[in-house]
Amino acid sequence: MKVTVRKKNKKPLHYKLSIPRRIFLTVNTLLLLSLALLCAFPFLNLLALSFSESNAAGMVTVIPKNFTLNAYTYLINKPQFFSAFWMSIKRAVLGTALALAVMVLAAYPLSLTGERLHGRRVYIAICITSMFFSGGLIPTFMVIKSLGLYNKIWALVLPQAMNCWSMILLINFFRKVPAELKESAKIEGAGHFRILLNIVVPSSTASIATVVLLTAIQHWNSWFDGYIYMSSENYPLQTYIYNLLDTLKALQQNTNKTAEDLELLKTLGDSTLRSAQVFIAIIPIMLVYPMAQKYFIKGLLLGAVKE
Amino acid sequence: MVGTDTAGKLKRKNRLYRLRQELQLHAMLLPGMILLTVFVIFPIIGVYMAFTQYRPSPDTGFFRALFQSRFVGFRFFNDIFTRPDFTQILFNTVYIALLKIIIQTVLGITLALLLNELRSGALKKTFQTVYFIPFFLSWTLLGSIVTEMFSLDGIVNKLFGQEISFLASNDWFRAILISTDVWKNMGYQAVYFLAAISCIDPTQYEAASVDGANYWQQCRHITLPGIMPIIILVSVLNIGNVMNAGFEQILVLYNPLVYKTGDIIDTVAYRIGFLTPSLDQYSLGTAIGLFKSVISCVFFLGSYAFAAKKLNYSIM
Repeated sequence: MKVTVRKKNKKPLHYKLSIPRRIFLTVNTLLLLSLALLCAFPFLNLLALSFSESNAAGMVTVIPKNFTLNAYTYLINKPQFFSAFWMSIKRAVLGTALALAVMVLAAYPLSLTGERLHGRRVYIAICITSMFFSGGLIPTFMVIKSLGLYNKIWALVLPQAMNCWSMILLINFFRKVPAELKESAKIEGAGHFRILLNIVVPSSTASIATVVLLTAIQHWNSWFDGYIYMSSENYPLQTYIYNLLDTLKALQQNTNKTAEDLELLKTLGDSTLRSAQVFIAIIPIMLVYPMAQKYFIKGLLLGAVKE
Repeated sequence: MVGTDTAGKLKRKNRLYRLRQELQLHAMLLPGMILLTVFVIFPIIGVYMAFTQYRPSPDTGFFRALFQSRFVGFRFFNDIFTRPDFTQILFNTVYIALLKIIIQTVLGITLALLLNELRSGALKKTFQTVYFIPFFLSWTLLGSIVTEMFSLDGIVNKLFGQEISFLASNDWFRAILISTDVWKNMGYQAVYFLAAISCIDPTQYEAASVDGANYWQQCRHITLPGIMPIIILVSVLNIGNVMNAGFEQILVLYNPLVYKTGDIIDTVAYRIGFLTPSLDQYSLGTAIGLFKSVISCVFFLGSYAFAAKKLNYSIM
């Protein structure tokens, strides 16, 4: 009934618009378009810069100046860059797999409301504490170091494996799984592990995909943990890029530079080279971007529309 | 006789069964809880460092060394509060954070309303997709791009025919922090409010247009009131962020020349704890971090409690 009413009243595209309305729509579209350009331009500029000849910064807009692949051929011969890239891939894959296992397992018991679970309040208290309070940078660093995790990939993976905000997303989805499904499995003698694996997980693939994508992106984007927990030969890609930027800043401020410094400044200060590295680091995000955006909005909608 | 016996057996069996079921649930929670205990609760115990003269030692573990170190009470907090730049740092933190929150929310709502007026669904979708790009990238990458664009021979100076070194200027630094942060997050904000708009009952608009309400009136009297609950909720929850001025962003973009306008509590804690070797660097760094965590926590809990009580909000 409702649908037919909506259809009847929906204005066809050739619906006659008043002149002020037309002006508004044109201005609006132009405004939104210019904002879109503002969002896209820096990336197009970056891409163009990476294909330009050295130190063409400022002269390049979206078309490369004297097109060259120099920056990329230089990078191909740089083992440091690739080992950093590989480190990032490793941490993203390992970290996401681990986080998913831990969070799915923990979300299931907390999503059950009727079930008896002693100490539920304690579990929830620990989760909420982790969401609103942190010991801060230095105590966390000390704990991780005293566990012997310094310069090990686990220092990047384990602390991020249990994120209560993402877990809550899972809990809310798990609660939407029809109770009858779980009941009937229980009557057939299935334990909780079996119910989780055979019923709950298959019917919440959308939420699991959301959490997987968000965790993977988070891992790919993390750099500060790599900076304090890893030594420079084990930096993940983002940390490696931060370090380049940081070294460059320090060199530029150094007033009496040695010959070596000047040599280093020449490579680091090369904006085309930096652009190429940044661009390569963006590629994996761009590959998952369409999916990430879709699922992210889905997850967001769940939060926004939750009654 | 026989009947009661089996009933008792059944009852015992049932209890055993229930215990086994519950144990499974505890087993599922175990890995997550261990991780939270080690990486969240232990560091919280570790903030005791702020009250002692902690000296790291190579052969004793962190907690043993910590509880053997000398208790000094609030001495390090006193050191921090009497720093000459303390008020400036606190001001920077709150000022940058608040401006980011306010501009982002207002711009997010405006963008959502404007996007909602677009007649073509494809265009709407394309814009959303483009606005969302910076949101998924890290501050290292965005920071590299921003540094490049705003550098002395960068595109911004070339476009406007200026020679301003934006990232080294105390007049410009905060503006750049705030605008680039808004740039990164505006797509997210817009999509959030757009989602809220899409939940408004369309029959309301039909009734209004039958009554002769124009687009502006529809926007003012239907759309805005329709998303008002979400706007209020987001604003309340954002209050918890007033101490979060964006540590990673500032760390990537700042340099000593702009400490005056860009230094925030987090960056100071990091520099004291990691980059300024001294005997008390760890305790001092922890103290300033703890100062921030406590205030932040109060604001967070306050805003969430208010949202839960007055706005029917629940996290779970």
